[in-house]
Amino acid sequence: MQRIRLRYTKRGRLRFTSHRDFQRAFERALRRAEVPMAYSAGFTPHPKVSYANAAPTGTGSEAEYLEIALTSARDPEQLRTLLDASLPAGLDVIDAVEARTPGLADRLTASVWELRLDGVDPAGARRAVDAFNGAPAVEVQRRTKNGVRTFDARSAVVSLESVPTQDAQADRPSDRPCAILRLVVRHVTPAVRPDDVLSGLRAVADLAPPVPVAVTRLAQGLLDEETGTVTDPLAPDREAGAKEPQTAPATAAATAPA
Amino acid sequence: MPAEVAAAAESVFPQLEALLPHVQKPIQYVGGELNSTVKDWDSCDVRWALMYPDAYEVGLPNQGVMILYEVLNEQQGVLAERTYSVWPDLEALMREHQVPQFTVDSHRPVKAFDVFGLSFSTELGYTNMLAALDLAGIPLEARDRGLDDPIVMAGGHAAFNPEPIADFIDCAVIGDGEQAVLEVTAIVRAWKAEGRPGGREELLFRLARTGGVYVPGFYDVEYLPDGRIARVVPNRSGVPWRVSKHTVMDLDEWPYPKQPLVPLAETVHERMSVEIFRGCTRGCRFCQAGMITRPVRERSITGIGDMVDKGLKATGFEEVGLLSLSSADHTEIGDIAKGLADRYTEDKIGLSLPSTRVDAFNIDLANELTRNGRRSGLTFAPEGGSERIRKVINKMVSEDDLIRTVATAYGNGWRQVKLYFMCGLPTETDEDVLQIADMAMNVIQKGREVSGSGDIRCTVSIGGFVPKPHTPFQWAPQLSAEETDARLQKLRDKIRGDKKYGRSIGFRYHDGKPGIVEGLLSRGDRRVGAVIRAVYDDGGRFDGWREHFSYDRWMACADKALAPYGVDVDWYTTRERSYEEVLPWDHLDSGLDKDWLWEDWQDALDETEVDDCRWTPCFDCGVCPQMDTSIQIGPTGKKLLPLTVKQPAGSGHTH
Repeated sequence: MQRIRLRYTKRGRLRFTSHRDFQRAFERALRRAEVPMAYSAGFTPHPKVSYANAAPTGTGSEAEYLEIALTSARDPEQLRTLLDASLPAGLDVIDAVEARTPGLADRLTASVWELRLDGVDPAGARRAVDAFNGAPAVEVQRRTKNGVRTFDARSAVVSLESVPTQDAQADRPSDRPCAILRLVVRHVTPAVRPDDVLSGLRAVADLAPPVPVAVTRLAQGLLDEETGTVTDPLAPDREAGAKEPQTAPATAAATAPA
Repeated sequence: MPAEVAAAAESVFPQLEALLPHVQKPIQYVGGELNSTVKDWDSCDVRWALMYPDAYEVGLPNQGVMILYEVLNEQQGVLAERTYSVWPDLEALMREHQVPQFTVDSHRPVKAFDVFGLSFSTELGYTNMLAALDLAGIPLEARDRGLDDPIVMAGGHAAFNPEPIADFIDCAVIGDGEQAVLEVTAIVRAWKAEGRPGGREELLFRLARTGGVYVPGFYDVEYLPDGRIARVVPNRSGVPWRVSKHTVMDLDEWPYPKQPLVPLAETVHERMSVEIFRGCTRGCRFCQAGMITRPVRERSITGIGDMVDKGLKATGFEEVGLLSLSSADHTEIGDIAKGLADRYTEDKIGLSLPSTRVDAFNIDLANELTRNGRRSGLTFAPEGGSERIRKVINKMVSEDDLIRTVATAYGNGWRQVKLYFMCGLPTETDEDVLQIADMAMNVIQKGREVSGSGDIRCTVSIGGFVPKPHTPFQWAPQLSAEETDARLQKLRDKIRGDKKYGRSIGFRYHDGKPGIVEGLLSRGDRRVGAVIRAVYDDGGRFDGWREHFSYDRWMACADKALAPYGVDVDWYTTRERSYEEVLPWDHLDSGLDKDWLWEDWQDALDETEVDDCRWTPCFDCGVCPQMDTSIQIGPTGKKLLPLTVKQPAGSGHTH
């Protein structure tokens, strides 16, 4: 059995895809692409797919990860191309490696988010960010199924900064003021989401964007505590692959039965 | 925002996008489904907005809309986009921010299209149509519309009596839509190319004079002093007295949908559906679908195999649904099921037959259906509890048939059987309904016997019967909501009270109230339009949804709106009609001879059964000669061949 790890995106209007929606779409893409999936045993067999840490519905992402188990080996890059073509534009598969190390989920300890605040003056946003960073703790509330929960949104935040607009991944021109924030946040339990940080900005500095904030996950991976940066979670698999002699996938491709 | 300079057909997505974070399940509004089509607006000259007037999760899988969407988009210079009802949360935001009703494909305003076609599977979508028109900025009443408003066209089974919505639609097409939409497209195209001579009225006249498009505005309804209809007459020359239904004869020539839409959002049916035949001549007297879709036209076994193969490749669905009004009646159903199960053994693709008759079902078929998939419950619809009432409704399945079938099922590993019934059938008494409990108990008894297990279940599901136009029961009195509920209560008590079997029998029922509203809309005339309008104005939406439906609102609005006419809800529902009465839909020709329907109604009262004309001589229902059609069934004697070996994903080159 071969395991392949994939990185995929939720872009544009398909950022409104919920995780459940994505799961169904992905499993159908696997069928259309005729991927030799391994199935779970049991009454209703399911293809073996492990999803890690999905972004909330409505937020875009450049860095979602999952792992699939195959019954026979395939070339990761060819598989990536096929799956990408099988999924609607916006749900794009952008990276694939064969799993050669354990614990992908354990390497996803932090995320980098971009928050685009249309209609918000950058100077005002900077002041709010400074107030947030300067606070020892920022209490926010989130409505959950079990009522309103109050918690600290500050301690999980590794860094929050206002970045110049032209540096951001601006995908639409606008003549209105626009502030862009970049947020690095640890994955803790219970989770602190970009929404919670926005609630925090409102709490400390009354920052109230006039339109919904466009939130995009730019990266997730292992947090380098020294530099405060997030590293590529697929890098260890790639490195392990580079050290080994090229075996499984290439051979399998060459000897595939006609 | 410089809204007023925006072109009428510009996408409203930027405005909509800002609202989506605030609504439930935003994915249903963004489009982008696999196999959806967005064509260039400016290179098309006839543009259709197609609506299924219910929530996206119900509307998206609708086969009718999907077929028309593909058929139209395949035409050069023609485009079709889809729109669905928006939930009240988004409706409120759209009104607040002036975002109009939009298509999910390219988010263009519905008002910018040439034709706004709505498919009504049920009458309970009427208020949703008004909501959509209003959100679109299209006047609710046809007479208030101008040259640039779309032609509002109704289709679907409910359109066989479009009179209750006659004020709101410009026209209706009854019967099969595939060819009809192309004929309409040609007429719209020519009229536009000529510079829209004579305006809206001229276009409607050109449609009406074909004899296949009903334009309510070209007909006047005259009433008798007692409230009944005196006659319905064309109010201008060149308009036919009766409008005919459309019938597609060779299903193999129409293999649609070829590429079914695959939504990202979760919907009610997620499978590769193939319509294996259209029409049904079993002759169940309550069944409008069986009456208005005659004659039976089968898709060939090879045509079905081809559609399944291409459809699965295009969608990745894990289940195939073989659709029709009674799927086990296809002349080659055994070979179809076996052939498909053989083909897809390794792909874990399940097969389902949504409608199966007890007497056409056998265990070989059942085993093929479950070979690659899940052994879910079996569902049968005896419809009536007593042998007597089944003779009245002409559903000729005996209790022996049923017991024999479920015995085989329980003996072959099934644990759950679902039985569907109706309450309030003509001539029905409490005793007829109480026999449902006996039937369920016999099923459980037999099941325990053959399976040797106490762990088997039978679910009884029952709802109120609603008499429908173009059926032998179109003259029948509907049972009142109170009597329906009382009868259901007695049945429930009998089932629950049984010590030996009661705990193995599930009981699910629909109360009688929604059925009365459906009855009012089904057999209503133009005067009922005022009720629909009043309910809509009062906030009525999504009447097919229990949490949104309000019986009290409907009754209050009906009392007020119908009073000036001297009629009421009972007059439309629980009143029996006589032979001479002009029915509101008499000028819409389903092909059925009204005298034959009346004779069949009399046979029902005499408990006389009528056979299926596929296997016995013609009973002169009138459809084939009137519509110049004929029964088209197999067997063809062909078999499904195994598919060629697939090329596995990512396997590189092959030799």
